[in-house]
Amino acid sequence: MKPWPAVCPSNCSVRPLAPSPAQLAAWLQSQHTELSTFTHCNLAPSGRGAAPLIQHPASKHAYVAHHQRTEVTRVLGCHSCCRIDMFSKGTKRKFSDDGDEISDESLAGAQVSSSYSLQRQSLLDMSLIKLQLCHMLVEPNLCRSVLIANTVRQIQEEMTHDGTWQVVTETFCGGSQSPSERLVATEVLCRSREQDAEPKLFSVLSYEGCREEEVVTDETLCSVSVSDTASDVCLSESARHCWERDEFVEVDRDDEACESSRLGPGDDDDDDDNDDDEVDEEEESSRVDPKTMGQVFGTFEIKNSAPGPDSALEELFSDVDASYYDLDTMLTGIQSAPKMGPYDLLDSLAPSHGPPSIGSPSNCRSDLNELDHIMEIIVGS
Amino acid sequence: MEGDGGSEIKQWCLSQVKGAIDDDVTEADIISAVEFNHSGELLATGDRGGRIVIFQQEQESKTLAHSRGEYNVYSTFQSHEPEFDYLKSLEIEEKINKIRWLPQKNAAHFLLSTNDKTIKLWKISERDKRPEGYNLKEEDGRYKDPTSVTTLRVPVFQPMDLMVEASPRRVYANAHTYHINSISVNSDNETYLSADDLRINLWHLDFTDRSFNIVDIKPTNMEELTEVITASEFHPLQCNTFVYGSSKGSVRLCDMRAAALCDQHSKLFEEPEDPSARSFFSEIISSVSDVKFSHSGRYMMTRDYLTIKIWDLNMESQPVETYQVHEYLRSKLCSLYENDCIFDKFECCWSHDDSEVMTGSYNNFFRMFGRDGQAGVTLEASWESSSPRCPLRPWRVCAGSRRKEDEIGVDCLDFSRKILHTSWHPQDGIIAMATVNNLYIFQEKLN
Repeated sequence: MKPWPAVCPSNCSVRPLAPSPAQLAAWLQSQHTELSTFTHCNLAPSGRGAAPLIQHPASKHAYVAHHQRTEVTRVLGCHSCCRIDMFSKGTKRKFSDDGDEISDESLAGAQVSSSYSLQRQSLLDMSLIKLQLCHMLVEPNLCRSVLIANTVRQIQEEMTHDGTWQVVTETFCGGSQSPSERLVATEVLCRSREQDAEPKLFSVLSYEGCREEEVVTDETLCSVSVSDTASDVCLSESARHCWERDEFVEVDRDDEACESSRLGPGDDDDDDDNDDDEVDEEEESSRVDPKTMGQVFGTFEIKNSAPGPDSALEELFSDVDASYYDLDTMLTGIQSAPKMGPYDLLDSLAPSHGPPSIGSPSNCRSDLNELDHIMEIIVGS
Repeated sequence: MEGDGGSEIKQWCLSQVKGAIDDDVTEADIISAVEFNHSGELLATGDRGGRIVIFQQEQESKTLAHSRGEYNVYSTFQSHEPEFDYLKSLEIEEKINKIRWLPQKNAAHFLLSTNDKTIKLWKISERDKRPEGYNLKEEDGRYKDPTSVTTLRVPVFQPMDLMVEASPRRVYANAHTYHINSISVNSDNETYLSADDLRINLWHLDFTDRSFNIVDIKPTNMEELTEVITASEFHPLQCNTFVYGSSKGSVRLCDMRAAALCDQHSKLFEEPEDPSARSFFSEIISSVSDVKFSHSGRYMMTRDYLTIKIWDLNMESQPVETYQVHEYLRSKLCSLYENDCIFDKFECCWSHDDSEVMTGSYNNFFRMFGRDGQAGVTLEASWESSSPRCPLRPWRVCAGSRRKEDEIGVDCLDFSRKILHTSWHPQDGIIAMATVNNLYIFQEKLN
């Protein structure tokens, strides 16, 4: 039985970290064979308290679902009040003798709410995939994108209302402390390693005028903003492998990439004990909506960027809607972008940044992707 | 046959099928626009390859009194070519999004066709005579030796085989940043509007280098974008009035006399949402895919994913009639979202006398509703199961996966075969609709 990756942030003030619903589902699936009964996660919006976690007798930091009962298995409580109980009191937790409280009615209700939340999560994941997988050669359908984004927003709002959204945004956005350089390095590393791998999702860096602003890293929404205060990059699943073992980035990109990956044994166990939480992002998590939605639509417009080395060029082209440069960064590498090693990256830096030269369409697009990507790294740092 | 047309159920027969019959469909042949002209004599179709095919109705046969003329190919031409936007590094599809005919003023026919970015005015004219008897040229065009000319004659027009020429008269380009979804000719026959996702422009037919922006819903901050324009149309009689539908299920009526920029609507047609039916898909299925004024100009029809709503222009609070097109899909919305079918944009159309409305559905079904209270009927566009002049048999869709005579289960529906584009003859009981690559023409059975 794999212990649940426990995070005990030292400086966590109000909201402790807990696994995201997606991870929860993934973990549940992996534990499914060991659990004799239907597992459920009490995410009922009605506000019922979640079933408490039971500390695994073997491991001090692992909280697992008690699995000796036959009729019901208490699961990882995801409700906020339960989390507070679990974490703020350290090792104190309730034991399984509380299980007698659970009756059949609440079991049924919990099952329903769990399936609802799982459905909701899968809907969210599906929506995010749709937002990313746009046809690259033709402009994506704005109406469709808007509708999907509104659906995502709706789910987000409901999850925020539930209290589950804070979980999502806080947990796995503990990026690195030295933001840009390491991210760049990782990017390059990951790109080179991914040359033979099937691309799932690439990390998304979007610099859409967010340099000055607070940034939200919402890894579930597959969009990342680079900011001055904190650069939090959530990398793709394959990128995860690139990280050092002591780096705690529990990234759960696989829920966007493909559903099946979620069910696999997963790589969650790598980063268990990495408790660093560099950035407390509670404040930012509530601002998920506009920023991340901005990632989707901001790309359709030129933003007023801070004056930079290419300001003259930008002025020149300011009346031109060159928004799709930026769309590339968000949808970078999804389909046909060739994977580049570090040397290719350097090569592409040679031509100066500016409007793309007129070349064949496919070259143009991949060049644009790389160019923009590099530019944002440079500018963002 | 005389009788109260209200209670009599009209019967439809398959008249013609155009296009390749085989299943192997090339992308370019998929029909993307269908439109009758104002007399109904011509039927234009546009496809994804940027071509327009115009069919002309034969003069009514004198012998077969109960048969209307058939439609035969009249003209075929390439309207739009694929383009590449170098600045954005994106292709611009040549797919024809909409075709609208201009009312006929002289012998030639004019139509507007649009792809995502450019609108073109085409003139379709006939030539059935040619001058013959030139003095200096041979018949084949070669110049004669001047010394061989001994007499003079006046060239005369001689009849020739009919030739239909299509020539682009105007190209209205570079006015839309986003994808054009609608065009609509004004009743003044001088102006027309073109609508993209966020803006509506007003053009004069004679001027291609300028257009007026009359609606702009683009937010200053694109992050706040939550609503787009999905369809737009001019009022058939009032040249100052137009409507546009949005992705949030509302329709706004605007009066151009009120302001130059009609961001403030004059009327807002929106039905309050039923809170009990709310789901994550509520907004998506409420998105207006088509809006059409009735011929009388008093009513307006909107099509969203599951229903048709008829609105009285004088009442904004709720529609006067609502018809369920395929309510059985409500429980399948999640799957339809997954395979993107939930974003399909179905068109709808009025009958010539506004007594019936029609729209398409999946599995090559189409739905007809009589507005006098008779229930809707589901018919199928299928050349295999219909014979000409034989009335179509209605279908029923039930739950589950049963399939038997005239009844089919929801799970058996083929969502890849859908009828998005439909058009009703302006004066007669003839309807045209496009399945994926075939054009079907049905006629009302004359008793």
